[in-house]
Amino acid sequence: MSSYTAAFKVWRGDADGGELRDFAVEVNDGEVVLDIIHRLQATQASDLAVRWNCKAGKCGSCSAEINGRPRLLCMTRMSVFSREETITVTPLRAFPVVRDLVTDVSFNYAKAREVPSFVPPPGVRAGEYRMQQMDVERSQEFRKCIECFLCQDTCHVVRDHEENKAAFAGPRFLMRVAELDMHPLDAAGEAGLDRKKAAHDEHGLGYCNITKCCTEVCPEGIKITDNALIPLKERAVDRKYDPLVWLGNKIRRRGAED
Amino acid sequence: MATGTEPPQVNTGVHGAARAAIGPRHLRTDRWWLAPALTAGGLLAFVVYSTWRAFANADYYAAPYVSPFYSPCLAENCEPMRGGPNWEIFGSWWGLSPALLILIFPLGFRLTCYYYRKAYYRGFWASPPACAVAEPHKKYSGETRFPLILQNIHRYFFYTAIPVAGILTYDTVLAFRDEHYEWGHMGLGTLVLLVNIVLIWAYTVSCHSCRHIIGGRLKHFSKHPVRYRLWSWVGKLNERHTVLAWASLISVALADFYVYLVASGAFDDPRLF
Amino acid sequence: MTQLERQQWDVVVVGAGGAGLRAAIEARERGARTAVICKSLFGKAHTVMAEGGIAASMGNVNAGDNWQVHFRDTMRGGKFLNQWRMAELHAREAPDRVWELETWGALFDRTADGKISQRNFGGHEYPRLAHVGDRTGLELIRTLQQKIVSLQQEDKEEFGDYEARLKIFQECTVTRVLKEHSLKDGERVAGAFCYERESGRFFVLEAPSVVLATGGIGKSFKVTSNSWEYTGDGHALALLAGAPLLNMEFVQFHPTGMVWPPSVKGILVTESVRGDGGVLRNSEGKRFMFDYIPDVFKEKYAQSEEEGDRWYEDPDNNRRPPELLPRDEVARAINSEVKAGRGSPHGGVFLDVSTRMPAEVIRRRLPSMYHQFKELADVDITAEPMEVGPTCHYVMGGIAVESDTAAAVGVPGLFAAGEVAGGMHGSNRLGGNSLSDLLVFGRRAGLHAAEYAEGVRERPTVQDGQIDEAAAEALRPFSAEGPQPGEENGKPPENPYTLHQELQQTMNDLVGIIRRGAEMEQALDRLAGLRVRARRAGVEGHRQFNPGWHLALDLRNMLLVSECIARAALERTESRGGHTREDCPAMEREWRRANLLCQLVDPTGGLAATDPVRGQIALVRKTTEPIRPDLLALFDKEELVKYLAEEELYE
Repeated sequence: MSSYTAAFKVWRGDADGGELRDFAVEVNDGEVVLDIIHRLQATQASDLAVRWNCKAGKCGSCSAEINGRPRLLCMTRMSVFSREETITVTPLRAFPVVRDLVTDVSFNYAKAREVPSFVPPPGVRAGEYRMQQMDVERSQEFRKCIECFLCQDTCHVVRDHEENKAAFAGPRFLMRVAELDMHPLDAAGEAGLDRKKAAHDEHGLGYCNITKCCTEVCPEGIKITDNALIPLKERAVDRKYDPLVWLGNKIRRRGAED
Repeated sequence: MATGTEPPQVNTGVHGAARAAIGPRHLRTDRWWLAPALTAGGLLAFVVYSTWRAFANADYYAAPYVSPFYSPCLAENCEPMRGGPNWEIFGSWWGLSPALLILIFPLGFRLTCYYYRKAYYRGFWASPPACAVAEPHKKYSGETRFPLILQNIHRYFFYTAIPVAGILTYDTVLAFRDEHYEWGHMGLGTLVLLVNIVLIWAYTVSCHSCRHIIGGRLKHFSKHPVRYRLWSWVGKLNERHTVLAWASLISVALADFYVYLVASGAFDDPRLF
Repeated sequence: MTQLERQQWDVVVVGAGGAGLRAAIEARERGARTAVICKSLFGKAHTVMAEGGIAASMGNVNAGDNWQVHFRDTMRGGKFLNQWRMAELHAREAPDRVWELETWGALFDRTADGKISQRNFGGHEYPRLAHVGDRTGLELIRTLQQKIVSLQQEDKEEFGDYEARLKIFQECTVTRVLKEHSLKDGERVAGAFCYERESGRFFVLEAPSVVLATGGIGKSFKVTSNSWEYTGDGHALALLAGAPLLNMEFVQFHPTGMVWPPSVKGILVTESVRGDGGVLRNSEGKRFMFDYIPDVFKEKYAQSEEEGDRWYEDPDNNRRPPELLPRDEVARAINSEVKAGRGSPHGGVFLDVSTRMPAEVIRRRLPSMYHQFKELADVDITAEPMEVGPTCHYVMGGIAVESDTAAAVGVPGLFAAGEVAGGMHGSNRLGGNSLSDLLVFGRRAGLHAAEYAEGVRERPTVQDGQIDEAAAEALRPFSAEGPQPGEENGKPPENPYTLHQELQQTMNDLVGIIRRGAEMEQALDRLAGLRVRARRAGVEGHRQFNPGWHLALDLRNMLLVSECIARAALERTESRGGHTREDCPAMEREWRRANLLCQLVDPTGGLAATDPVRGQIALVRKTTEPIRPDLLALFDKEELVKYLAEEELYE
């Protein structure tokens, strides 16, 4: 076991203002940034506000920015930094700050409510659902999401343009639309709900310029851009910009995607 | 609460009133600018080179090799290539370089490609320059408006990219003739064209639109086992779309350059058999 | 008098994990206006940590499975101490609760014929756990969360307000269940006193029904798989409201937690690692579990490595390997190996899948484990063994409830479901039975809470005095500098973090996995000291998102619960399931019928009791009801002899 003293800069403040404060703090073998934040709480700043829960990268609570990059505090090992380096920890910069490292993430919960829920297939009773593994795998990948909202934080569409928040659901919830649209038993179509069109018209899919930062920050390694957003864009093209598909659908009167 | 850093004047984005008051537009300590700089540099180099070659209207045919920039050749002012892709659809009124007629298609394909979009949005537009680095633009509407809404036509360029790749394949087959149009030859140029066409196909097939059309649009893979298998296969290639995009970009430029060298007499094509 | 916001609801659910959300869904669907209040953000509850799966005898993989077999396994696992009616309801209703999740959008892994796939797990006779890779808890919580959103969307359609009939108060804490004391209706629940963590603002939710679904108590122990939320809030709220806790001595130590690096010590390594073929070895490379098969399980487990290995492929003709014994057995075995000096470098044993499966298969079947070890310990589990050791995981004890209604004993209007409720799992819980417990009894609690609220003729009123008391109690840490009457002057306020660490160390060392009478008496002494010091816990800063303050308030709950555990563990002079006494190593048939109930010494509900020595908890011994004959008939006589007292057998 070896320990050393690391230099930290932690943002402290609230909606009225704040600053990066310097701390010198002990670091031991095998620790992660969250351990250091906890040590600060226990020894130097008992009221330092931080969100955390599972400390194992499963709940997605301890999202923050470390050296300017959106990360989970609990999944960032201290060993990735050199001992001389000053480590800067700030709250997520795309959302309103509450206090210290805690931000107001209600934007995400508001967006979650705007995505119409799973529509159960009519006439299929509980216990009679049959789905093939190959058919559920795409949506399962998206359901790995732990809702840490790092993708929402890093996405420049809302990070750099507050005014786009009204029109843009963000990668997490566009991915949710994709998940439902790829769910083998979702009966939104039968209920008169076109998720592909809605992705484009209601959830602001067009704002995404596929620059892939969401995929880069995802702690679950979900290929958000390649597997959710681009396929969703292609599905929207089917509906909105592809006269051949449109014509085909008109003629056959049924969705081509059974 | 002490305010060490006064919030800057621009009250939007990361400097918006409700956000944590942090002065710098980013706090990244790594060389985040390197990737967009390299991308921009690489793309710029290709644009410069290809513009010169496309307008040059010379040194693009050295039997049996034709430069991929000039194939198929659709105007009367093309060099005659026996058995080659001379289709004078545009007749004699076309006076400019015939490359311009055909390059539209691969250009459009690559310009609307999901990977290249990322590359030039980041590299040229700085939108964003890198992740969590604030972009310099005041307004952003993404691909919701003209002209960027046209990115949605990517799949039509994909459709056109297939015959273009087909013709380049045909050119490659013709490269197994010698300069007297006798079959059974292979030179270094044949190899160059061969590598190029493999990369072109790999890039074309790994396209996101292709992945969608081939199977991605299905809701139930289990009902379409063949398309599912194709989709899985395309998906594997698609994971390497970025690499293939660059590799095929470089190979197409090199193939053209090789033909240029041979056609201009600067280099003699070594014969392998 | 404290001025604060009061809201009226029909049902208040405390906790937004699996049980809380399932209760809320049920209550809302029964027409009750329902409020859910939770300490974290919505969707972050501890349920996300569950990895293995949901036990339900759907029989999709082995058609021999049915509720009776599941019931039998559950009773065996709990060493027959289970509240048998709960175990019965649980086994009967679990399949419906799982299937229902699919209609809300859950996507479980599938069998070849398109049904929900089920996997093997410790103590379960057949493959029984519905799962999604090793992130089943996440799937469960997300599905329930999304079902709640969908109900809110319906309300938006109907009333123009998402929160008209179902609202989540996230990042809020309940510090007191409020009661009405009236001559006409006697004592009954009237609501909950809460504070918003973000602002520190107090508010009161008035409701005739309160459902406690706050989970467990692990944060009283040093090495635990539980998150900061697990401070025994619901247990303490129930105690303070006058409801007894049942069998608190039974604490499950999961056999496989990470042991290195120190900062992640305790984090869970899922049992699926063993279910899918992982084996335990000591430093000599020996599969030591074969030496630890207890007599009661001799016939059910493989006696040789060869047989155990064959079982994965051919479970019908072979017996399962002893790595899949119930958790208490495995945890004790690991503990013994380490004590005997055959442990791994960091004080655990080796859990190995790398030599048992191809790397590709490991990455596919155990993705989060692969990820967890790679990221946190820099260990590639496809190439080398993991180091694991026991970690405090789950409390079997909890609020004493009516089996059918989930109503807390003795307090009308109070309900409890999930880990906070006691009885269901007896002395030891089987893996996978927790998630199904959440769903089965979450639903029952929501159902009966809604029915109870509807049947109330006159809504209870919250008296101002109670609110003032609760507010004063919650604000105490800010004024802790002043000495208490009768205490010496000049002591600085106590640091809540230090107190918490000392509490954890005490419980870990003295009331941990192996217990001794003298040590537990010592623990009770130390707890008394900590209790006195905790009254002087002070915090800096203000009420806005102040974690020091939050911890100071949670200390009250952890101290109450810890005392319950220590007292009950001292009282029960036998070893059974999650309670192992080195000084009383045998399982005593006489003790099977004894339930230990913890009650508050001072039931007037005043501020935490002041007597430092006597403590706050009184124990009452209660004899269980005999098991219904048709359920007993599911077992062989020879097996029952091992558990039941003579007179029970011949009744």
